[in-house]
Amino acid sequence: MSNVTPIWEVFVRAKNGLSHRHVGSVHAADARGAVEAARDVYTRRAEGVSLWVVPSSTIIASDPGEAAALFAPAEDKIYRHPTFYVVPDNVKHI
Amino acid sequence: MYTVDYSKPQDARAAQVEDADRLAAFDARVAADDFIEPKDWMPEAYRKTLIRQISQHAHSEVVGMLPEGNWLTRAPSLRRKAILLAKIQDEGGHGLYLYSAAETLGVTREELIEALHSGRAKYSTIFNYPTLTWADIGAIGWLVDGAAIMNQVALQRTSYGPYARAMVRICKEESFHQRQGYEALMVLANGTHAQRRMAQDALNRWWWPSLMMFGPPDDNSPNSAQSIRWRIKRETNDELRQRFIDATVPQAEALGLSIPDPALKWNEATQHYDCGQIDWEEFYAVVRGEGATAKDRIQARIDAWEKNAWVREAALAHAAKRSTKQAA
Repeated sequence: MSNVTPIWEVFVRAKNGLSHRHVGSVHAADARGAVEAARDVYTRRAEGVSLWVVPSSTIIASDPGEAAALFAPAEDKIYRHPTFYVVPDNVKHI
Repeated sequence: MYTVDYSKPQDARAAQVEDADRLAAFDARVAADDFIEPKDWMPEAYRKTLIRQISQHAHSEVVGMLPEGNWLTRAPSLRRKAILLAKIQDEGGHGLYLYSAAETLGVTREELIEALHSGRAKYSTIFNYPTLTWADIGAIGWLVDGAAIMNQVALQRTSYGPYARAMVRICKEESFHQRQGYEALMVLANGTHAQRRMAQDALNRWWWPSLMMFGPPDDNSPNSAQSIRWRIKRETNDELRQRFIDATVPQAEALGLSIPDPALKWNEATQHYDCGQIDWEEFYAVVRGEGATAKDRIQARIDAWEKNAWVREAALAHAAKRSTKQAA
């Protein structure tokens, strides 16, 4: 058993209808403790109606060094955007 | 935490080759006001400067709970007590946001706390002054939190993403701190002769230390120039100090209290207040941790950490036992 309390990532749903959003992290020995700490640290002013906590060690992130290669192909496919297409001004609702 | 690789060994980091190309690309990003995020490449000195500044900021929030806690059981009314309790809880939360931001740079919470307890890490000198009367609690909210807000508003645009985001949260919560302090002093300033004197005495003792919170003057601030270039700091110590003075003098006048600086006067040409010399000898003595209060503060932190060790141990033991049971 490690002597160090694990880190948890905290996500808050501000209100129903919105998705959970990452707000920060807490230290806690277990999931229940993490939810309690997250409530105290991140929702002191009615910031949310629901909390998620996720062990930080389980998050897999993309490598920022690879960002250019990973996201570049999106940039040369401008025909995926509606503004790529020319439609006469007198044509409405399109 | 923002998914940084915590297991990265210290020596591998030091051995990182900081080639000129990556440094140039980094400088260009910072100059273009792009945010730097945890897993991005950054110069080692940038990382170290951030760890020092963010952890110092976190320690200040946490140590700052102590002088206010001193008056919690003696607040003059239930209303004031509830407000003070909420404010102190906020400060603890602010410390946590900031420790989390520092941890994204590859340092552990335990290392940061150890650095505070051993005296290697500093915290704001302001918290080494004692809180002698109830008026001091009002003065801390008005002046100390007011000075902190000046600094923190500027830091919302700092170049390191997690630090900037922590600042946005903190600024949102902080303005109640300043207003509650001002209101508490307003009650005293409009009260009996003795209450008025108490308010003036608090202003007399907290004014100069509050000005010192912005740090040494620009021409004697060794880390400032590089921090400004890296956009860790967005404004200089003297710029922020002047803005604080300009905002605060009219607030003191509205209270009918006088600022303890005979040289203070409005300068029509500069459109700013001119003020007297700050006693920097006192500042450096407090930075060095001289005085009984400094020792008390650190001892209180060490006691809290050591006497509550059993809670951390019990929580970990409980978690371990439960996960073994679940696995079985």
